[in-house]
Amino acid sequence: MARSINHNANTGALPDFRNFGILLRILLIVNGIALLASLLQVRTFEQLPAQLTENAAMVEPLLILSMLVLAVAGGVLRRLPYAAAIAAVMAIELGLTAALHYISRAWIFVEMHSLPRWLLIVALTTGMLLVYFDLRGRALSPALAEARLQALQARIRPHFLFNSINAVLSLVRQSPRRAEAALEDLAGLFRALMADNRELTPIAREVELCRQYLDLEQLRLGERLQVEWHIDNMPPDALVPPLSLQPLLENAVYHGIEPSEKPGVVSINIYMLRDRLYAVLRNPYRASGDHRAGNKMALANIRERLQLHFDVAAELTAKVGDDTYEVRIAMPYVKDKKT
Amino acid sequence: MSAPLRVLIVDDEAPARSRMRDLLADLGDVLPVTVAGEAANGRDALRMAQTGGVDVVLLDVRMPGMDGIELAQHLQKLERPPAVVFATAYDAYAIRAFELHAVDYLLKPIRVARLQEALSRALQSIAPVDVLRELQQAPRACLSAAERGKVHLIPIEDVLYLRAELKYVTVRTVEREYLIEESLTSLEQEFQERFVRAHRNCLVARAAIRGFERVGAESGEGPWQVVLAGLEERIPVSRRQQHLVRELAR
Repeated sequence: MARSINHNANTGALPDFRNFGILLRILLIVNGIALLASLLQVRTFEQLPAQLTENAAMVEPLLILSMLVLAVAGGVLRRLPYAAAIAAVMAIELGLTAALHYISRAWIFVEMHSLPRWLLIVALTTGMLLVYFDLRGRALSPALAEARLQALQARIRPHFLFNSINAVLSLVRQSPRRAEAALEDLAGLFRALMADNRELTPIAREVELCRQYLDLEQLRLGERLQVEWHIDNMPPDALVPPLSLQPLLENAVYHGIEPSEKPGVVSINIYMLRDRLYAVLRNPYRASGDHRAGNKMALANIRERLQLHFDVAAELTAKVGDDTYEVRIAMPYVKDKKT
Repeated sequence: MSAPLRVLIVDDEAPARSRMRDLLADLGDVLPVTVAGEAANGRDALRMAQTGGVDVVLLDVRMPGMDGIELAQHLQKLERPPAVVFATAYDAYAIRAFELHAVDYLLKPIRVARLQEALSRALQSIAPVDVLRELQQAPRACLSAAERGKVHLIPIEDVLYLRAELKYVTVRTVEREYLIEESLTSLEQEFQERFVRAHRNCLVARAAIRGFERVGAESGEGPWQVVLAGLEERIPVSRRQQHLVRELAR
């Protein structure tokens, strides 16, 4: 099954407990609740630190242990029906609470609230979090459905389309074979644009798309466009949002190559480092010279789609150097799991 | 009109030029044309048009360096300016502007029939300079000065200062001076990132400023003047612009 972002659409599904963004949210919310509880328990502000420490003694070990267990069990849990998964999470949480309570009482001799009270608190908190993640999933799913539309909007500039068609027309008489190849590239590009772009796609396919695009640009721009690929350390099976690189290359050509009469180099560097996938694109940049609008659009669009797929685990940064412009994408290395 | 129309093709993309050549050949007997030349950039195009023998220039709007709109303005300064037909693949801004000012233009890919129509109309309707000026979005790459029927291109980065005379503006480069018929105010607006006003009649290039001196060196009390790279001449700084000395002195 290809990893997709729409399978938590309507039926409800557990959040991905291995996602850094989800973990961060759990951490913040639970600690927020602990703070609130402490505030309600004390009479004066002076007592707050002591109360916080007391609550933390139970909350933090439980929280960290829970996140560990859920992260490990996440894969199995997500395959269960939603109701069963919720029951399982609840059982895990209550079990952990009871175990921790017992350990604290028996071996660390901490004065604790009674077990039923803790069980109720944990059940309520867990329930709240599950409801929150379910609602969040639902709130995002229209956005996910829209991702396809956005991918379309991030698409190829009409400028490129018409110039490419014009270039192909120029080839039809003199070199029909090159015209054929160019039309095939164009078809490939548009097939990708019109596909359902909600599913992640192997990066090898995105790279192929980029090559087709660059071949077409090469046709028009000739030696003004020079391309350097550094993809020896690219894991070809890594999954990325579709059209996450091609629009960036289009930007690179549009802003970095076309405005200059001199040849320029667009370089693409894709590699893996410690379970993260990096893509770095560079193009020439001249501070003076014509500033063309529309650059931010594609960046914002790709950033948004990365976020929809990977939450805070992915990032996109753009950097302006002296004479180069650099876009860097970092995202988790997710493999295509064939089950 | 029996003599074939002499056409100059200007486009930075080789395939686009070759396509245009094919289309012109297809016009064949309907409208006899000869290709007078092909240029990949504005400077070459102006040089070719300069030698004469060009009736119509088919001009791509978007080109690196000097765009089509700017080139059209320089072409207008020729003694016998050729007619210009703009071509663009897709440029929302330019198309809106062309429509607004009723300037004829071709959309790439171009149809033969449409090309024929534009060429046969081109000789009658020539877009006036002020319309072209309005179409210009980015600052021009060059100024142009007409001298005895010849048009000189002055790359804007070579200009040290611009000084308003009675009807003209003097353009000063390291080598020499040119006279152009433009207003200093509009030049100031167009090139505001590049030039700064030293006094009422003069804009100096920021990049050329080497320092500031006082006129009466011994007394140290005289008014300031600008020292420009490669130039003996000093440009006085008016009282109102004294703040420049602090801001730009290095």
